[in-house]
Amino acid sequence: MATCTFWIDGKKYEAEEGSNLVDAAKENGVFIPSLCYFKHIDPPLGTCRTCTCKINGRYNPACTESIKEGLKVEVNTPELVDMRKALVEMMFAEGNHFCPACEKSGNCDLQHMGYELKVSTTRFPHLFKDRLIDYMPKRMVMEHNRCIKCRRCVEEVFTSDGKRVFMYINRGNETQVGIDYAQEAKLSESEAENAMKMCPTGAIIVRGKSLSKPFGDRAFDMESSQKHYRHTITDKPKVANFEKKTIATVSLAGCFGCHMSMLDIDTDILDIAELVSFNKSPLTDIKTFTQRCHLGIVEGGCCNTENIETLKKFREMCDILVVMGECAIWGGLPAMRNTIPLGECLEEAYLNSVTSEKGENTVPYHDDLPKILDRVYGCNEIVKVDYTIPGCPPSPNHIWKVVKSLLWGEDYSLLYSEFKYD
Amino acid sequence: MSILSEQNKMFSVEPARSALLSELWQQQLQHNHISEESIKDLATQHQLSEIEIEGVASFYHFFHRQPAGKHTIYINNSILSELKGYARIKETFERETGAHINSTDPSGTFGLFETPCIGLSDQEPAALIDFYPFTNLNALKVKEIIQKLKQGKTAEEICDTPQDNIRYTPANNRTIFFAPYSQGEAINKLSGLRPDGVIEQLRIAELAGRGGAFFPTWKKWDACRSFKEPLKFIVCNADEGEPGTFKDRVLLNNQPGSVLEGMIIAGYTVGASYGIIYLRGEYRWLVNKLETEIQAFQEKGLLGQHVGGIKDFNFEIRVEVGAGAYVCGEETALLESLEGKRGEPRTKWFYPVEKGYLQLPTVVNNVETFAAVTRLLQMGSFEYLKRGIPGSPGTKLISVAGDCKFPGIYEIEWGMTVAELLDQCGAEDPFFIQVSGPSGESISAKEKYRRISMLDLMAQKDIRCGGSFMIFNSHRDLVHILMNFSEFFKHESCGVCTPCRAGNFIIERKLERLNNGLADMNDLKELKSWGYIMKATSRCGLGKTASNAIIQSLEKFDDYFKARFSATDNSTYRKFDHSSAVEEYEHYKP
Ligand SMILES: Cc1cc2nc3c(=O)[nH]c(=O)nc-3n(C[C@H](O)[C@H](O)[C@H](O)COP(=O)(O)O)c2cc1C
Ligand code: SF4
Ligand code: SF4
Ligand code: SF4
Ligand code: FES
Repeated sequence: MATCTFWIDGKKYEAEEGSNLVDAAKENGVFIPSLCYFKHIDPPLGTCRTCTCKINGRYNPACTESIKEGLKVEVNTPELVDMRKALVEMMFAEGNHFCPACEKSGNCDLQHMGYELKVSTTRFPHLFKDRLIDYMPKRMVMEHNRCIKCRRCVEEVFTSDGKRVFMYINRGNETQVGIDYAQEAKLSESEAENAMKMCPTGAIIVRGKSLSKPFGDRAFDMESSQKHYRHTITDKPKVANFEKKTIATVSLAGCFGCHMSMLDIDTDILDIAELVSFNKSPLTDIKTFTQRCHLGIVEGGCCNTENIETLKKFREMCDILVVMGECAIWGGLPAMRNTIPLGECLEEAYLNSVTSEKGENTVPYHDDLPKILDRVYGCNEIVKVDYTIPGCPPSPNHIWKVVKSLLWGEDYSLLYSEFKYD
Repeated sequence: MSILSEQNKMFSVEPARSALLSELWQQQLQHNHISEESIKDLATQHQLSEIEIEGVASFYHFFHRQPAGKHTIYINNSILSELKGYARIKETFERETGAHINSTDPSGTFGLFETPCIGLSDQEPAALIDFYPFTNLNALKVKEIIQKLKQGKTAEEICDTPQDNIRYTPANNRTIFFAPYSQGEAINKLSGLRPDGVIEQLRIAELAGRGGAFFPTWKKWDACRSFKEPLKFIVCNADEGEPGTFKDRVLLNNQPGSVLEGMIIAGYTVGASYGIIYLRGEYRWLVNKLETEIQAFQEKGLLGQHVGGIKDFNFEIRVEVGAGAYVCGEETALLESLEGKRGEPRTKWFYPVEKGYLQLPTVVNNVETFAAVTRLLQMGSFEYLKRGIPGSPGTKLISVAGDCKFPGIYEIEWGMTVAELLDQCGAEDPFFIQVSGPSGESISAKEKYRRISMLDLMAQKDIRCGGSFMIFNSHRDLVHILMNFSEFFKHESCGVCTPCRAGNFIIERKLERLNNGLADMNDLKELKSWGYIMKATSRCGLGKTASNAIIQSLEKFDDYFKARFSATDNSTYRKFDHSSAVEEYEHYKP
């Protein structure tokens, strides 16, 4: 095949005529994000749209484009970078992704794309749509909350007699991927595992086969697909003068995991103790603010009225408000209840649980008790949040790098392995 | 013949799979739902997995997996129906039938459902009962209808005959579409013209597609003609799903012949022998009319072998009925649907003229486009060019409804101004006008001196109207209108691509915030920027246009939004509805 010249962001490149733009760009060292693109599916699926570029002046997905002589592509304009990031954020807002509780975590293409595009929070409201997990198939579990409807499984998984195992069902925002129980049962062990591997998310799980690798060894633990991965949130100049600052911290609807992570920097904590004094914080056990603070760090979202009051107090008493961890950012693990009406949750927990006796228990309610909210809210739904640190929990280095940068303007960059959702 | 019989009348060249939609219809109509059994049987029959059949059945909202009542009622919930008292009608239906919306009554006699626009916007509130039309409903009328059904009358016996409501045609016999019509007049000109001549006529007349995209018809036909496959298809897009649009309904009802004839001319021109009319399920009550006309054509030798006496030109037409899916109006989704699949738009690797139905060269045109072709050949391009304005010759059918005295069909000459049209239809205090449906263009009454034409698309001076004007007066709540649109798109998205499937859902949530008074200017800014993302990244026209109305109304009705929403909130607290957040918990107060 002939070689053609084509252009990416004003630079000239060469590739084989007819080759796929995503691949051609990659061979030339240009990273175009992609999720549904799967090399040998022809024609390409074009469902996820995370590879959107401007091709000869028009917005189009790169994966459905083949190289022709003179093709002009814009990839890394600020607008396009933001657009592609928005699409990945949309998937997080649409599904119910609780990475720390997900079998695919660390091996997940969607999560990986989140790292690559530096998604620290989604700009969209989480939709918290209620979806039933399908445990009926013989070997598999369909976790509909995680499916991004990329269509790979629909087009690739067939039984030996040529029948589809997966198919889209319903339409619109109700669309999901249905699995055919009878056909699934016909798949061989390795065919089933292949289906799980091919899925870019944790939507297809083969029982007993899902947790294949330990932390640190998973596909996306250590290395970025982009050559120069650097995550910087501030370019303030480094300041030598380490003036002593006050910090307040709190755990709202969280598990204290983020606080544990904060303490997890070993002896460095001693250096930190020299530089900052903690005011209201579980670390000092100071219950109420005794002074205004430079920085407030909040773990956990708001699940009751007391959380809201505390959060508002933090906003009032702190110059800068940072929320750390997924729970504080958008609800996180406690928000697993957000897909279910509050009444059902309370009655399941207090009235109908296996240990409660019929007619003996009540749902606690007292004027002195905080009131439970209809769902768990992320902190930025209640107050203005200045910075977010993603992770469940965020790595200790990540937390302290951000804190130091905010308090003393210390320049920093994050290693790929320090920016994680789980 | 009742419209409820659905028989298989496929062409011999079509594969069995193409019959799936009509087979599903058969099940739905016979058993009021598609049972587990039916799915199993169809899967065995087609040698497909059950999930594949289920995937198709669950795509179309007229197919139910649970029994949908002996009488299935669909009330139209489009914005125009809302203006005319949808809420009260719904309440009355619920009371009289004992069924709640989206379910059946305990005895299973009545199933009550909502559906977007059923193409009767000029006679709202309207509903379909067992797919027969009932128009201009009021509480009393609903009560009577249900009573009669309970007494054993059938919907067919008591349904209404929708009026055509042709309100305006150009003066001095300048009408194109409603001139006297006689079958075969245009076909008779074919032997004189030859295919080249037809294409030339279309080119001279600058005929552009009337389905909304305005693609030059001659280019489409010429391209299809250039492919040499022996088997080609002509498809008439009668899916007319855009809320507020009903011009195709009127054409099909008023003069189905001119539409059939246009298809035959297309077949002759591009070398196709088969034509399919993809009629939206909402227009099932028009099937009889079309089939009677097809039969009349056959009897006159205008369909079948040697059409119109032209040697070796054979052409057949059949009707395929859609099953409730707006996106099937998108031509590639329509083709998928014809093939018995889910109506998901294809990626644009190939255009239908090259690989369309069954991957064979296919011309897809709108109903009005075919009718225009017939009229053009009948009157000749010389006459045709006398209508309209230079660069935009001819006339256009526009469905007008909403806050006006005379809703109905207006055949305007291209070049008429918005003001004239508003005047003609007796618009009352017009404020916000949605042109070409929710996916089209939002204009303010201030823009009423713009012309309606095919010109100046880029300069945005003139307005290109795909077929409808929805008029809203100054008392209407703009946010409410936008919410109605976004709910429509949320349901009607095919669900294949992220920005449309998730985006429309997200937009709806944001609009709810506006509606609940929790939004400020920053929310409006976000809405707009999210709308742009959807436009740029969606796969097909549905997602690309779904945010049009939001973006444009935010731009054009700045004052309106400024007056209702506070400036960007710089305070450190977000607006939060405390009482609604604890409302559910308060139920547990002893
Ligand atoms: C979401 C969507 C819905 C559409 N609905 C219709 C329709 O109901 N009727 C129609 O004729 N064209 C519709 N179209 C346009 C068709 O894709 C196609 O352009 C048209 O049928 C071509 O015919 P024309 O050239 O005669 O206009 C729709 C397009 C989109 C993207
Ligand atoms: S690991 Fe992937 S699939 Fe699992 S919750 Fe996270 S993003 Fe979703
Ligand atoms: S289950 Fe996995 S492979 Fe299938 S569509 Fe969903 S995300 Fe894609
Ligand atoms: S834009 Fe909407 S309707 Fe079109 S392919 Fe995407 S999801 Fe389907
Ligand atoms: S990778 Fe291109 S659309 Fe999904």
